[in-house]
Amino acid sequence: MGRPEPKPAADARLSALPDGTAGWLAEAREAARARARALGLPGRRDEYWRFTNPGPLVAAGAPGIADAAVAGDAEAFAGIDALRLVFRDGVFDAAASDAAALAGVEVVRLADAPRAGWARDLYGRLEAAGHLPVPRPLAAANTALAADGLLIRARTGAARPVMIVYRRSSGSSDGMLHHCVRLDAGARLTLVEAGTGAARLTTVTEVEVGEGAVFHHIRAQGPEEAPVAATHLFARLAARSEFRSFTLTANGRLTRNEAFVEIAGPGALAHLAGAALGDGAFHQDDTVFVRHAAEGCESRQVFKKVLRHGATGVFQGKIHVLPHAQKTDGYQISQALLLDEDAQFLAKPELEIYADDVKCSHGSTAGAIDATSLFYLRARGLPRAEAEALLVLAFLAEAVAEIAEPDLAAAVEALLDDWIGRHRG
Amino acid sequence: MAALDATRVRDGLDAETVKTVQAMAGKYKHGWQTDIETEFAPKGLNEDIVRLISAKNGEPEWMTEWRLAAFRRWQGMEEPTWAMVDYPAIDYQDQYYYARPKALATKPKSLDEVDPKLLATYARLGIPLKEQMILAGVEGADGAPAAARKVAVDAVFDSVSVGTTFKEELRKAGVIFCAISEAVREHPELVRKYLGSVVPPTDNFFATLNSAVFSDGSFVYVPEGVRCPMELSTYFRINAENTGQFERTLIIADRGSYVSYLEGCTAPKRDTHQLHAAVVEIVALDDAEVKYSTVQNWYPGDEEGRGGIYNFVTKRADCRGARSKVMWTQVETGSAITWKYPSCILRGEESQGEFYSIAIANNAQQADTGTKMVHLGRNTRSRIVSKGISAGRAQNTYRGLVSVHPRATGSRNHTQCDSLLIGNRCGAHTVPYIEVKNNTSRVEHEATTSRIAEDQLFYCRARGMSEEEAVALVVNGFCREVLQALPMEFAMEAQSLVAISLEGSVG
Repeated sequence: MGRPEPKPAADARLSALPDGTAGWLAEAREAARARARALGLPGRRDEYWRFTNPGPLVAAGAPGIADAAVAGDAEAFAGIDALRLVFRDGVFDAAASDAAALAGVEVVRLADAPRAGWARDLYGRLEAAGHLPVPRPLAAANTALAADGLLIRARTGAARPVMIVYRRSSGSSDGMLHHCVRLDAGARLTLVEAGTGAARLTTVTEVEVGEGAVFHHIRAQGPEEAPVAATHLFARLAARSEFRSFTLTANGRLTRNEAFVEIAGPGALAHLAGAALGDGAFHQDDTVFVRHAAEGCESRQVFKKVLRHGATGVFQGKIHVLPHAQKTDGYQISQALLLDEDAQFLAKPELEIYADDVKCSHGSTAGAIDATSLFYLRARGLPRAEAEALLVLAFLAEAVAEIAEPDLAAAVEALLDDWIGRHRG
Repeated sequence: MAALDATRVRDGLDAETVKTVQAMAGKYKHGWQTDIETEFAPKGLNEDIVRLISAKNGEPEWMTEWRLAAFRRWQGMEEPTWAMVDYPAIDYQDQYYYARPKALATKPKSLDEVDPKLLATYARLGIPLKEQMILAGVEGADGAPAAARKVAVDAVFDSVSVGTTFKEELRKAGVIFCAISEAVREHPELVRKYLGSVVPPTDNFFATLNSAVFSDGSFVYVPEGVRCPMELSTYFRINAENTGQFERTLIIADRGSYVSYLEGCTAPKRDTHQLHAAVVEIVALDDAEVKYSTVQNWYPGDEEGRGGIYNFVTKRADCRGARSKVMWTQVETGSAITWKYPSCILRGEESQGEFYSIAIANNAQQADTGTKMVHLGRNTRSRIVSKGISAGRAQNTYRGLVSVHPRATGSRNHTQCDSLLIGNRCGAHTVPYIEVKNNTSRVEHEATTSRIAEDQLFYCRARGMSEEEAVALVVNGFCREVLQALPMEFAMEAQSLVAISLEGSVG
């Protein structure tokens, strides 16, 4: 799968790596640089890029966006009480971030990595282990090149969520962020991410969830229409831990969300969910791999897409069960609601199973709004637009239900309402 | 038997049962060979061999050129590696591409003239080459009017067709059923029009190879409005050693016609792998219906994975006409490697494609099989039911494509893929591709993977069944939807094959 000859474009970008970063971080970056060079950049002929053109993600520069500053778009999760950490155009904005500490949680900027020795065992490690069976060259390049990011460690239960807010001022910013999150045994942490953050944003987030620890992740991408983004979530789950991740993608010209979750300890639970809303020039891709490497674990993948006016939704997902991961309960559903005839849904939902005592299933559907349901609502006096909005919300409900925090779920529902209100047929 | 010994035996299984089952493992009842004098083309593959095959078949110039063009293209192609199958590199120069029993050097005028050894071979396989006979195992079954059911057979032995039965009776109905080598000579206008029109010679590595070296196969033409008066069937037998079989089948169902076609295949037990790369093309015009059923029982190799057929097959139907319908049913129990995706191009409006499959992989077998349903016409429909069963150390993959093009409005697909794992050393995989490009169509895919339910086994065993009987019963139930889609002649064979293929897998 690896291509030994680096492609020229990759080489050019990699040569931009700043030298002189000291200690273990420099070593991790050097190793990642070698990985990225060996993998080359993704192309249309790569199996897991057949549905998505990686062009804008691998181009020499970020796409130029005319409206340099964003005005009027309310920040997602504005009303949520959290420790706010702000990045603007891919750079940490200390002035805009909360200064106060959060008990039990340590937050260090990537630039101050020597202060967070624990991150040595995490930075680039999960990414490096996450290239099989699918190479993720953008993630390796990120590990090598990321300019900024946060190292977050939860030692106990965090009283409030940690919220990373991405803001954008420039029309051509090319942000590359790398975060590491570690939850010690028994710790609890909710990580919230909101906003666009750059004209082109590439992120890698590596999450190590300790024994019995609980990690919740709620992310809202958008609502801007022009930016492109590639995100990678790598997670390793210890015994009896819990991992829940929900992503709302509203707008964005091209968004590729990759997740690679390795369930390494018995009795752990991993739920990944996504709701994507696209109207017009919108291409959104969820590429999700869950590897069951331990007995008696549960995983769920719930991905829903609402598409209109030529918008494209992509889902590639796999439940991979290793021979010793008996008693696995794996579930995966990917569904698209095509609101008009131009929209399209491309999916490759996979199962790869080597253990016999398992229960795994997946389903995938694509189609228009159910005419019978629409008729039912209209017959009861609902105008067409409202009836449609109601059915779209009902369609997305299974994904939104994966959010455990009621206030965050309510905030996501408000964002959905808002989007549907602004994008009526 | 090492494969089985190493399989962890679950608690509660009695040791006697396991021993009995182990003793029965690896049974392949068609593993004998016919001792018959065979002439071979020289080993290896080059333009001379392609010309030689063409000359042996007495082909016209255009056919030879067609083959050569394919061969030249093939030389620049790479063997595909995307399937989840793993096998050592094939040396394409270390094979015979043409083998013909000497007795068939001059084509027998009728079956009465055929070497009795060949007839005996087919008799032993249960394939009747005498017109008064009917398929073995059907007589008196379930009160079916067995005597009334006729099946015309084209028997292909290594590289050549031995003979075709019921030709006269079929000719009266206007149906052409003969060896493809004969069709090239007798019906060049039909062959030229349709050969390569569904699977072009450039299609893929194995299809291109086949286009260059195919030696025989069956040709069927059902004229407009004719319902073929009997089932047609081709029986493929590989006998010679180190010989690849490359057959080509072309079925044309003209407007409003109907034909049901059965295909069977077996090969002797050998320690070396043998190559089989076939191409099947089906053309269905307006309102035509073709039912194509396969029981693939090539030698699967032994428990250690020694020997067995490498089966790389391209099968595709072009539902060219409005309201045409093609139904693929396959029971895949044999072959060391299976690489096969019978597909439907749903071009005609309201055309329909169906795919019913049971793929069983035991011991060291690897199967990567599925279908493609390409919806191009409006209001087209497709249905996919795939049942994969893995046992021993086998790997079994369903790989499929459902593609609904922007213009294929109002189309519908339903796909169901179920996998069953027996034992903890095998794998079951599902790799579906779904592409939906309009919103008036509806596409649904569902897949499950599980093991045989303990409560079902317990229920059967509590009623006095042995473990393996219980497994066979549950598995037959698991496969029922597909078995029911088979013509009766095959359903019975398939049902017993399912049981035989799984022998030795309990535990």
